[in-house]
Amino acid sequence: MDTAVDPAVAARRPWIRRFVAKMPWVTRFCASWLIVIVAAAVFADLIPGLADPNYQGFLFGDGATNEGPGLSHFLGTDNNSRDILARIVYGARVSLTVALAAVFMGVVFGGFFGSLVGFVRGKTDSTVMAVVDVILAFPGLVLLLTVVTLLGRRDLVVIATVIGFLSIPPYTRVARANALSISRREFVTAARAIGTKKRTILFREVIPNVLPTLLAYAMVNAAVIILLEGALAFLGLSVEPPTSSWGTMVNASRVDLQINVWPAIWPSLALVFTVYSLNNVGDWLRRLRSVRSAAL
Amino acid sequence: MGSFIAIRLVRLVATLLAVSFLTFLLVNLLPGDAINALIPIEAQQDQEYVAQVRAEWGLNDPMLVRYGKWLGDAVRGDLGESIVTSRAVSSEIAHRIPVTGELMIVTVVFSVLMAVPLGVMSAYREGSRLDQVISGGAQFALSVPGFVAGLLFIYVFAMKLGWFPATGWTRISNSISGNLMTVTLPALSLSVIEVAVYARVVRSDLVTTLKEDYILSARSKGLRDGFILFRHALRPSSLTLITVVGLNIGLLLGGTVVVEFLFALPGLGKRLLDAIFQRDFMMVQGITVFVAMVYVVVNTLVDLVYLVVDPRIRKAD
Repeated sequence: MDTAVDPAVAARRPWIRRFVAKMPWVTRFCASWLIVIVAAAVFADLIPGLADPNYQGFLFGDGATNEGPGLSHFLGTDNNSRDILARIVYGARVSLTVALAAVFMGVVFGGFFGSLVGFVRGKTDSTVMAVVDVILAFPGLVLLLTVVTLLGRRDLVVIATVIGFLSIPPYTRVARANALSISRREFVTAARAIGTKKRTILFREVIPNVLPTLLAYAMVNAAVIILLEGALAFLGLSVEPPTSSWGTMVNASRVDLQINVWPAIWPSLALVFTVYSLNNVGDWLRRLRSVRSAAL
Repeated sequence: MGSFIAIRLVRLVATLLAVSFLTFLLVNLLPGDAINALIPIEAQQDQEYVAQVRAEWGLNDPMLVRYGKWLGDAVRGDLGESIVTSRAVSSEIAHRIPVTGELMIVTVVFSVLMAVPLGVMSAYREGSRLDQVISGGAQFALSVPGFVAGLLFIYVFAMKLGWFPATGWTRISNSISGNLMTVTLPALSLSVIEVAVYARVVRSDLVTTLKEDYILSARSKGLRDGFILFRHALRPSSLTLITVVGLNIGLLLGGTVVVEFLFALPGLGKRLLDAIFQRDFMMVQGITVFVAMVYVVVNTLVDLVYLVVDPRIRKAD
């Protein structure tokens, strides 16, 4: 979309349209997909005509197992004759809740600790970073497996909290690296020179400048988290059945793969598209930011 | 340089200690009494027997004492016994390493062989159609988890075409060709993401290198492009590639758990999962510590390789 538009006309457009106008078409498609999937997950209960994700029709002589895509079930049914579309929509809730929890905990706690230690340095810095290094010394999925197993209970709250907790260290690292360079900038030196309290500098100068980088990182990190939850679910260690999760659906589809591939294809596509969209939009935001800061 | 290595080694030992303590803490503090795994619930009526077993396994000692004992044994290579099979954890691990190790090595070799040409082509023609296709493809491949790729490969290459077995493992000592048949699909499934990661690194590194003065001088000498690309430009990028391969070991280790589960391979990841489902806490603890140890050691080695290959870091120290 490089058609020349009079800058004066472009400036009068609402900001959202100016924002979208800069997107390549792939990124527009990805952003739309993310909006659709988030809306579907939030309003799942209100979507007219969406089946009950746990309703096993064949038990009541109502529908068959392993139906292909058709008019009664758009994406077909799984080997328990449950509606695949409904299970994907409700499965999106699990993936997105977990991703949201991870981003929230990462940005709030990781962002705070990272900015703090990057700003004050010294003993606090080396202590916090030593802890961070130890947690990051575990391969993510292995640590997650161990913690989730030992906790015993596996509902959405537990899974989201554990994954959220484990995503604090990487955010701490990113925030610290940024806070280090920001603390050396002129405006921080100036604030110090006029005798501003340290706490005020941290909250007014450092953290607001760390935040945009963290949010750009959050997009890409959300993609990683969704893959992680998918792997956990595929191993049968995410949220307990019958709650649907994309990874659980892919795992269950293996039984009848010879007869019916659709139950494997749909959740895989949903997972891959969502992760790809997050990566694509995240990369685009990052490029946009680096262009902007280069122009400063 | 000597002091640099010494510092790295001290940090390595400290991290290993912390990692083992954290694992021990996790396994011992979280809910679930180990006695339930040792004696069936019905047999727990016999208080005397329960007390005896508790004493035997040292469950009454304070946690730090138990950690000390466990660590003392672990240093000598004894990670305890499996609660379920009563086989030594260390021998179980040793028995399973060849499978996981081979899987990881083959994956890295596959990935590097595919990623380097793609990254080089992409960087050489920066901004071209080809570059766009490769970069776009890499971004897509990054979004395909091992279990989705693996299932696709099983469906296409095992079920429809019948070229490879869908599941199972043939040890290399039994049959080399059989072994290659069983390692190909799992390694390819793990490679999808790895290729994308490596190709991106090679590309972005090479794009910067190609703008350097010494490349310009090589060009002005009239050297052929292919020669410049592979002899002059790729060499410094190989360092970055080593680092990324090292850093990615953690991701790869997680990936092997999933792929071993999908392809039913008798590797370390599969054993960890089995132990998890059987609540075999000694086994879980042993494997987790072992895996973390491998990860930390590999990362330290990568740092040291860097030091040996790049003299600038030595000077800076």
